[in-house]
Amino acid sequence: MCLALPAKILSIDKITDMAIVAVGDVKKEISLALVEDASVNDFVLIHVGYALNKISQQEAERTLQIFAEAGLGGGGPV
Amino acid sequence: MKYIDEFRQRALAQKLAASIQEEADSNRQYNLMEFCGGHTHAIFRYGVQDLMPSNITFVHGPGCPVCVLPIGRIDNAIQLLEQHNVILCTYGDMLRVPASGRKSLLKAKANGADVRMVYSTQDALKIAHNNPDRQVVFFAIGFETTTPPTAVAIKQAHMQGLKNFSVFCNHVLTPAAIQSILDSPEVRDIKSVSIDGFFGPSHVSTIIGSRPYEFFAKTFQRPVVIAGFEPLDVMQSALMLIRQLNEGRYEVENEYTRVVTREGNLKAQLLVAEVFEVRRLFEWRGLGMVPNSALQIKPHFADFDAERRFKLPAIQASDIKGCECPSILRGVKKPTDCKLFGTVCTPENPMGSCMVSSEGSCAAYWSYGRFRQPDDKTKREGVAV
Amino acid sequence: MTTRKRFPLPLNTQDGVVDMAHGSGGRAMAQLIEQLFIKHLDNALLRQGNDQACFNVPAGRMVMSTDGHVISPLFFPGGDIGSLAVHGTVNDVAMSGAKPLYLAAGFILEEGFPLADLERVVISMAAAAKAAGVAVVTGDTKVVERGKGDGIFITTTGVGMVPDGVNISGDCAQPGDAVLVSGTLGDHGVAVMSSRENLEFDTQIESDSAALHTLVADMVKAVPTIHCLRDPTRGGLATTLNELATQSQVGIRLEERAIPIQPAVSAACELLGLDPLYIANEGKLIAICPAKEAAQLLAVMRAHPLGQQAAIIGNVVEDPHSFVQMETAFGGSRIVDWLASEQLPRIC
Repeated sequence: MCLALPAKILSIDKITDMAIVAVGDVKKEISLALVEDASVNDFVLIHVGYALNKISQQEAERTLQIFAEAGLGGGGPV
Repeated sequence: MKYIDEFRQRALAQKLAASIQEEADSNRQYNLMEFCGGHTHAIFRYGVQDLMPSNITFVHGPGCPVCVLPIGRIDNAIQLLEQHNVILCTYGDMLRVPASGRKSLLKAKANGADVRMVYSTQDALKIAHNNPDRQVVFFAIGFETTTPPTAVAIKQAHMQGLKNFSVFCNHVLTPAAIQSILDSPEVRDIKSVSIDGFFGPSHVSTIIGSRPYEFFAKTFQRPVVIAGFEPLDVMQSALMLIRQLNEGRYEVENEYTRVVTREGNLKAQLLVAEVFEVRRLFEWRGLGMVPNSALQIKPHFADFDAERRFKLPAIQASDIKGCECPSILRGVKKPTDCKLFGTVCTPENPMGSCMVSSEGSCAAYWSYGRFRQPDDKTKREGVAV
Repeated sequence: MTTRKRFPLPLNTQDGVVDMAHGSGGRAMAQLIEQLFIKHLDNALLRQGNDQACFNVPAGRMVMSTDGHVISPLFFPGGDIGSLAVHGTVNDVAMSGAKPLYLAAGFILEEGFPLADLERVVISMAAAAKAAGVAVVTGDTKVVERGKGDGIFITTTGVGMVPDGVNISGDCAQPGDAVLVSGTLGDHGVAVMSSRENLEFDTQIESDSAALHTLVADMVKAVPTIHCLRDPTRGGLATTLNELATQSQVGIRLEERAIPIQPAVSAACELLGLDPLYIANEGKLIAICPAKEAAQLLAVMRAHPLGQQAAIIGNVVEDPHSFVQMETAFGGSRIVDWLASEQLPRIC
């Protein structure tokens, strides 16, 4: 299933490579061991207590734009 | 919740539904397999089927790590508890899964075994630090998404010289499983259900990237769309698959561009490669032995491999007779085609792997969709009124 | 004339612990009852010191309910096992439409349980009982050996009187009825989970633990024809509605968009892969009433401090299968089934 969800980085402890993140109003401590150069205010995808990846705001907006155009355009090959 | 709520908007769902209705060719069937339990969950939880035309069928695949773990491996975990007296740390998902002889981790716990539910491998390391006189084993399950966190814990234990921490590794690989489904005779047989296209895993792909799917999109001539787990992502991806099928294309496309790239997360990939190597053969519940479909801990980290440390034997435990899980996992049959479904096999008393976790297609059918209102105009799956 | 002090040394609630003597029926037990239980729960009936309470009751129908309370952790954001033991039983009595009158409390204490914690629990219980206007008039204490209890278990039994003309029962729901809830769902379960070992997350959510009988009194007074009332505790809204649908042999259709859930509860559920519809509440009720009374009932509920976020969330339908179904906020539909067993975090 791989439950993972977007969370915002509130603070980073450089020594332990841990961060406090927020999902809505809920805060949780997670590890940044799997991501490069994450910084405060970035959104990351968190899974079993680790950040997996940063989330691209630009791409998220583009995807929502595609939805709003009701699928006109589409994704195209990667 | 940012990046969650926007992808569940009702108004956009209606728009996408209209587009799908318009673009789907009413003279043909579209059988789209969602490999991942996460997609299965979204489809049922939000009622995505209700927004789809009747000629689009979601085929639920084997992408649930809990469902595909063979019984013998859970038997091994119970051995660790009962014969080696370890503290076993596990994700909550595994606690209720039935092992041989009607046992489970929860029942072992009820009999006095020390089972701890953890949220993260970091918690398991903490438990090892706090119990220096006990052996602590982390029961590692999951796909490529869940593997890097296990790698991190093994490396940390190695650096800290922890003597009482090891990992019972059951990590499995997605592409091998998809290939096994497509390679199976019953799927290749023209007369049976064919799978026209695939929703590619979303969170697995954040780690491995979209590239690994290119090989079989080409080989098996099936379109793959990497799809996010939110319901709008599923609908948009369905639309992209429909377009590819309408145009006779079979490419790998990425709907989940906000997180997934072609290359994936290289840092995580390197960590995994440093700690793990491919197993030649691993048993998948429902699929049987699948070559090169799982990982084992490299010899360099042998001290942290619970299988070596406790010399765990391979246990062959057979699934229940009459259970159609193997065919259901391949999309050849539906849960309702199984004689055991809803009679002897229910979420309270799961017999086969697909009923074990709420992600499994039988459990999802049972919990969210087994009876649909017969008077509805839209197509309903599993009508039994 | 001076009397000799019964207990030369006061009960050590600073750093003392429960020991087997506190359950043995001897002087230590008498001291525990007098200097801890009676001291805080004080009322005339309890002070009589009998093994039962004897009181007059008004004429009419009496209801009685009992509830065992076991919870880990004992103290959680927004409450503890003491206040919970009062609210749980007061609410079970109130869900018949009754006015709760008296409570009895049975304590099972584990050897080694700190007396300071016990006192904290009893003080909380006393405050909850006082606020609810319900006296704890009789009780019992037992002590079990270390390792045989979870610190403290509390069983409370309550009695109350039902007003004439009120007939509220789980088998009274009829097709066409409206389904209402008194407020946001899942608060209690999430608050308790947030303080559990290895799942810790930080949230402002507090348990909704509260006594609902004054809300019920307002509702029954305004709409005496209410068919069903129930507090959705273990198993949450989903389980309780399934119980009611089965008892009444009807189906229920819910509208997800109408169900009130706090954003922080939604977020915690996302994090742990849980469904808020299955999470416990301790200060909420479900009401089922004839559709023509629903607007009035909603207004009365919203006028009460414990019902400000009340909502009409669905309706009762004919269904031989007794299914609870839901139109999802997304625009599809799903079954809201019984819970297979305890909901476990689902993450990998």
